[in-house]
Amino acid sequence: MSTDLQSRTAARPAKRAPKPTGPWRSNIGLKIAMAVSGVLLVLFIIVHMAGNLHVFEGREEMNAYAHGLRTLGEPLLPHETVLWVLRVGLIVLAAVHIWSAVVLTRRSLAARPVRYHSRKPAKGESRHAVATMRWGAAVLVLFVAWHLLDLTFRTVNPVKDVPDAYGAVVATFSPERWPVTVFYLLALVALGFHLRHGVWSAVQTIAGPDTKWRKRTQAVALAVALVVVVGFAIVPLSVTFGLVK
Amino acid sequence: MSIDYYREGEPVADTKAPAGPIEERWEKRRFSGRLVNPANRRKLRVIVVGTGLAGASAAATLGELGYRVANYCFQDSARRAHSIAAQGGINAAKNYRNDGDSVHRLFYDTVKGGDFRSRESNVHRLAEVSTEIIDQCVAQGVPFAREYGGLLDNRSFGGAQVSRTFYARGQTGQQLLLGAYQALQRQVAAGTVDLHTRHEMLELVIADGKARGIVVRDLVTGEISTEIADAVVLATGGYGNVFFLSTNAKGCNVTASWRAHRKGAYFANPCYTQIHPTCIPQSGDHQSKLTLMSESLRNDGRVWVPKAKGDQRHPADIPEDERDYYLERRYPAFGNLVPRDIASRAAKVVCDEGHGVGPGGLGVYLDFADAIARLGKPAVEAKYGNLFDMYERITGENPYERPMRIYPAVHYTMGGLWVDYDLSSNIPGLFVTGEANFSDHGANRLGASALMQGLSDGYFVLPNTISDYLADGPFEALDETHEAVVAARKEVDDRIAFFLNNDGDRTVDSFHRELGKIMWEYCGMERTDEGLRKAIGLIRDLKAEFYKRVKVTGKAEELNQQLEKAGRVADFFELGELMCIDALHRTESCGGHFRAESQTEDGEAKRDDDRFSYVAAWEYGEDAPVLHKEALVFEYVKPTQRSYK
Amino acid sequence: MKLKLRIWRQSSADAKGRMVSYELDDVSEDASFLEMLDVLNERLIAEGDDPVAFDHDCREGICGACSLVIDGQPHGPQAATTTCQLHMRKFKDGDSIDIEPWRAGAFPVIKDLVVDRSAFDRIIQAGGYISAPTGTAPDAHAVPIPKQDADAAFSAAACIGCGACVAACPNGSGMLFMGAKVAHLGLTPQGQPERATRVLGMVAAHDEAGFGGCTNTGECAAACPKEIGLDVIGRLNADFRKAAIRAA
Repeated sequence: MSTDLQSRTAARPAKRAPKPTGPWRSNIGLKIAMAVSGVLLVLFIIVHMAGNLHVFEGREEMNAYAHGLRTLGEPLLPHETVLWVLRVGLIVLAAVHIWSAVVLTRRSLAARPVRYHSRKPAKGESRHAVATMRWGAAVLVLFVAWHLLDLTFRTVNPVKDVPDAYGAVVATFSPERWPVTVFYLLALVALGFHLRHGVWSAVQTIAGPDTKWRKRTQAVALAVALVVVVGFAIVPLSVTFGLVK
Repeated sequence: MSIDYYREGEPVADTKAPAGPIEERWEKRRFSGRLVNPANRRKLRVIVVGTGLAGASAAATLGELGYRVANYCFQDSARRAHSIAAQGGINAAKNYRNDGDSVHRLFYDTVKGGDFRSRESNVHRLAEVSTEIIDQCVAQGVPFAREYGGLLDNRSFGGAQVSRTFYARGQTGQQLLLGAYQALQRQVAAGTVDLHTRHEMLELVIADGKARGIVVRDLVTGEISTEIADAVVLATGGYGNVFFLSTNAKGCNVTASWRAHRKGAYFANPCYTQIHPTCIPQSGDHQSKLTLMSESLRNDGRVWVPKAKGDQRHPADIPEDERDYYLERRYPAFGNLVPRDIASRAAKVVCDEGHGVGPGGLGVYLDFADAIARLGKPAVEAKYGNLFDMYERITGENPYERPMRIYPAVHYTMGGLWVDYDLSSNIPGLFVTGEANFSDHGANRLGASALMQGLSDGYFVLPNTISDYLADGPFEALDETHEAVVAARKEVDDRIAFFLNNDGDRTVDSFHRELGKIMWEYCGMERTDEGLRKAIGLIRDLKAEFYKRVKVTGKAEELNQQLEKAGRVADFFELGELMCIDALHRTESCGGHFRAESQTEDGEAKRDDDRFSYVAAWEYGEDAPVLHKEALVFEYVKPTQRSYK
Repeated sequence: MKLKLRIWRQSSADAKGRMVSYELDDVSEDASFLEMLDVLNERLIAEGDDPVAFDHDCREGICGACSLVIDGQPHGPQAATTTCQLHMRKFKDGDSIDIEPWRAGAFPVIKDLVVDRSAFDRIIQAGGYISAPTGTAPDAHAVPIPKQDADAAFSAAACIGCGACVAACPNGSGMLFMGAKVAHLGLTPQGQPERATRVLGMVAAHDEAGFGGCTNTGECAAACPKEIGLDVIGRLNADFRKAAIRAA
């Protein structure tokens, strides 16, 4: 007969069974999950930022806006139903966003087990991203925890009266609590860098624009980042400098 | 000539090409050749060595047919074979331009271009198959250049008067090879091809007169192993690196072919080397290779040298009437588009006369000023931009502003292992495809024909002809203890042990460089009786010194690039000697082989059809090689002296 | 010119490596970077040392064999240039140059500067082709292809598979390589039937090989010697999304 036994390649090594992971657990699948959750979170952030500007209308309007959020959907739905649906949605989005980021980061670290001895500054289109996305995310996670304790649960806020949102804002950013304001602004800087890369990166991941549209998306991302940072920053700054009392 | 250099043996003949009208021969042969039942094909193992155009296409196609294929390459990936560097294009007799092309014209041009030293039957088949290659490659997704209407673009190339060359910017070889590579990887995934990268074939196993396997070294671990099969296909490329400096990749070598030759395979026409006229000149002693720029540059560039000898002025300062556009002057009909050998030799002549430019006076100008004025810089950039960029990277000079400097360099070897119409060598079961065989180009290859031949052999010819041989298989089982296998392995082990144990003091490269200089000086563009005899002596001396003084560091059981080189250079020594002997015995000039003693009054090559209308197939002999002549018969294209005036 | 080199030396895949310093005098500025290493190796051999192992073959910028991270940059400082085409005139007399191998989990070091890039072949095996067995093709003019598509396909197909994108990527990702092939084949009419299976298969093989994910930093495109742009990754993402949704 033939040469079966003698050929060194006759016995092909059995192919390793592929890991039982579907396309959505792949690097691109997770990245799409991260992008979609990120885009929705950005929309939330923009709405949140716009809502904050009610503070310039005075205590009553601001508190009415806060009250409106709690009573949204009433009397058709019980008190705070819509709010909690939105909150759960946000929690899920944040969980998806953070979980996919953690998994992808772990894979990335494993993909470069030995570091280079010499490093040159980044040359790519999003050269700040390497340095800002991950530590920025960590800052943001810490900030969100503080932010919830401060202005949602009021645990660390002097104003415990929940309906008085205006009072809580003025109290937390009062000049003598300047470290809170500084932390808030620092978190905003992190958020700005996060959005500057994250927004176009998400569009690139979901839609895959060509070069022309990618450049446009990058411009939009920068604009979104600036608007969000400025929009959020003027509230604490106004309080700290006494424009809002 | 002196009889001690070689002995003459019995003539050899191709017994496979059918008789009859030439356009029916390939069809006849496909019908007369025996077939292998599809169910039996998976019982047959075929080794393919090499993953260039000829190897990858053959391995993929044999895999698709259902044979069990083992494919080897020394590179780290099959995609890196040197076919990837071919720039210009691939010919096909599609006649898409309606400019009078046809299969017969491509056949005619190729036989004539080969200076009537190729086999008519083979060349005609090549021309027939050429059209299918384009279809095949387009189906694989090869991104050929296209017109605005979406149809394929063509250009005229290398002296052809019809536009039959298909191209993909200046990277046609890359795109064709990636097509073949992808087809190959598809078969790897399908399990029909076992691909072994970073493995080098070091010996051929012949048992009972048949080629039955190869001995390979795993270049990473150093492990020596044997692969046994029913047939062996060598697609291992050309041997231009015998010159050390050539446009070949650094790894290109003759070892697979030479090992087969030493085991009895005839080596045909080794002296036929092609010197490419448009390469970037050498810049210094550190030079490790020469870089070719596509011949398509000659479509728009004008070649000139200063009329005054040793003119050191900046080219822009040399007025029009002090420039010698020597190709246009000497060959008014073809001008800058004369065939490669003529363009190369003309460059050598003007440089030898002292008109050369650049370091050492070894260069001529290739000037695009007229083309830029005529077509505009954007058009020139669109056509040649990547070549211009490459030139600038290497030389630091901007060719839009200053003419390129070019000089000929060894580029392609028309010679190779002798094969019949079925691409079978004289050893049963040993097939040779692509540049590794002596093939279809005669004494000179036309531009854009190498890609055509490699793919023709691999996709369409070999898969159809090898079945006639394999129909007798599967052959008797062999194992590691068979005496032929043991002997082949021992030869490999001994050679490796020799190099590692040799108490030498000179590097492999230093010998290779010296060998290359001898070859270029005496067996390059112009050869003489006296020079070749001298070269043979020099090579023998150098070879003796090589075995005495070569130094190889490291171990056998590791990645050892010096050890790899040493084995290759050892074979180049023997090949180089045979090339000189072949060049010495062929006292005519033909194609890429120019014998100074055989030229016309105005310095053109003069063939001697009465005495040399044959293929010189050399058999290895311990004391001296044995010459077997295969007479060439021209029924369709009557030999004429080439004239490009 | 005089140079100080610091080169990664690692005697085998399992051995521990380290940076070793060498000094070279009298380097010609017309020499290519690899020719400079040739000169060093000739000297090392003469001194009885083991020469530096590095991958190289065509030395004209097309085979993709050469690699080397030079001063932290894959293929060195010159844009759109492979190491073999990089010439010493890009450096200055007295420069000190760090030379390291590609670093990626999917590209383990074999010896010194030589790495194993077979993971790229496995990605192609997982779908980076068009199934067109020899002999099955219709006439080449059967399907016209708009010139801009053919040109875009060519630009993506210009990838030489060197792995600089992976070496440059902070995540050791092979997306640019994979995207180039997905874009090339996806831009041709012949590539459409297998478009969905191709991208799913290749992405699975990519992850299986241990490459990281893409964070769109663009380092890959900046390092690519063939100037393949991020839009191929965009195409890859979009093709993947469509295929994954259809497969779900």
